Amino acid sequence: MRAYENIAGPSPSVADRPAGQLPRLLPAGFAAGPASLAEHLGRYGPLPPPRLDRAHRDALLGEVEGSGLTGRGGAAFPTARKLAAVAAQAAPVVVANGTEGEPASAKDKVLLARSPHLVLDGAVLAAALVGTREAVIVVHHSVREILDEAAAERRRTRLDRVRIRVVTGADRFVGGEASAVVHWIERGVPTPTARPPRLSERGLGGKPTLVQNVETLAHLALIARYGAAWFRGLGTSAEPGTMLVTILGAVNEPCVHEIAIGTPVRDVLRLAGGPSVPLQALLLGGYFGRWADAAAAAPLPFSAAGLAPVGAGIGAGLIAALPADACGLAETARVVRYLADESAGQCGPCLFGLDAVAEEVQRLAEGRTSSLATLRRWLGQVDGRGACSHPDGTVGLIRSALTVFAAELEQHAEGWCCATRAGAVLPVPPRGPR
Amino acid sequence: MTGSARLRVDPIACDGRGLCAEILPELITLDDWGFPVIQGDVPGPLVQCAREAVRICPKLALHLGKVPLQKRR
Repeated sequence: MRAYENIAGPSPSVADRPAGQLPRLLPAGFAAGPASLAEHLGRYGPLPPPRLDRAHRDALLGEVEGSGLTGRGGAAFPTARKLAAVAAQAAPVVVANGTEGEPASAKDKVLLARSPHLVLDGAVLAAALVGTREAVIVVHHSVREILDEAAAERRRTRLDRVRIRVVTGADRFVGGEASAVVHWIERGVPTPTARPPRLSERGLGGKPTLVQNVETLAHLALIARYGAAWFRGLGTSAEPGTMLVTILGAVNEPCVHEIAIGTPVRDVLRLAGGPSVPLQALLLGGYFGRWADAAAAAPLPFSAAGLAPVGAGIGAGLIAALPADACGLAETARVVRYLADESAGQCGPCLFGLDAVAEEVQRLAEGRTSSLATLRRWLGQVDGRGACSHPDGTVGLIRSALTVFAAELEQHAEGWCCATRAGAVLPVPPRGPR
Repeated sequence: MTGSARLRVDPIACDGRGLCAEILPELITLDDWGFPVIQGDVPGPLVQCAREAVRICPKLALHLGKVPLQKRR
């Protein structure tokens, strides 16, 4: 995580907050380390009274709806709709999801490490909104102690009427999927479960469950304080607000930054010190994201609408820069093998299909005898065939690689590769015993 | 394609035994690893066969339901 700790930015105080100022979520003026409760309250002011009667609750729900806030965990589902669905049920529970099992992403870890109270504010608020006094926050093990300390600080000052339980998340890729998070808290098994029923109907302990990404909750805490209009002061009208991004690969200073949604990709790369070498392609969104030609993507706004022309989306806010002298097929093959190994192993097409697909992509990358026609048939057979989107996400990544690295494919088929760089660009954890 | 009923496989429960594809080859094919792929909704004349496929699945992984108004994920 050290590599991501060089966040610098203007403006420490949000108290006199012009809407156009960044960062909103991450502290800018503090020394490294988590913001204490005092620092947090000094910066943002107190959370509106957590005991909400019906009228206030509806007003706040309306404000969230008006803000246009969407889930920041990758699926971009409208937060107000999710809140309303759970609020309509009896005796629900709130789960703040900071599992962040994706090895290349660091934004949730950085947010939790620097602004733990903003996330806890959001969890407490979500609990009040859906009508419960129970919130579970699931976090990566590297920030567990920070959250324990923050939760203890709030208990000491009797800040909340909501009981906060901190749980260490499973260090697995699929462990962050909403039903897998619930399964993990309940039984210590980090695998997705079959739906229906939806989690909003029957989740943790059989209760209606709101699973919300930690960054989404942090935004919620700010919307409750400053309102929808303030939130919409940055971002685009269709995709308002800011988001955290993880920028890595061939950039001078890999980091986590907060950007207004719609900031041109080129400017986002500049926040990380710009490309360190000439770039070939960008991986946008995450390991379930899409490759895009670097030159084609650079001028585009980093938003769902902006990236649509290159077939990509914002996902969980990842931008990985691939140097011109690296092999995109080899990078893809390595990530796909990792994703295939990370299959929960519950659904046949994911377990057997992704394994076969990963082997075929590896053959393509190594220039061994392989069949593109077979690979494409398998991609079609795996797509959409799991209980969660693990197979679909992996298929999307591969399909984009076959398009973006098409020229490379032809060379590999003839037995050569123009990459001169040895060593991996995208991080993949070492293969454990299976 | 519209039909009067919809078959759904629970992919976690399904073990790829393949009985469903034998009973209802009109609507169920197997992928390269032996797991069922459903081809569209069940038209009226095939509903009885679909019920039989659901009944015979040793993993209770096949479900027959109404066609929902909206596609849900």
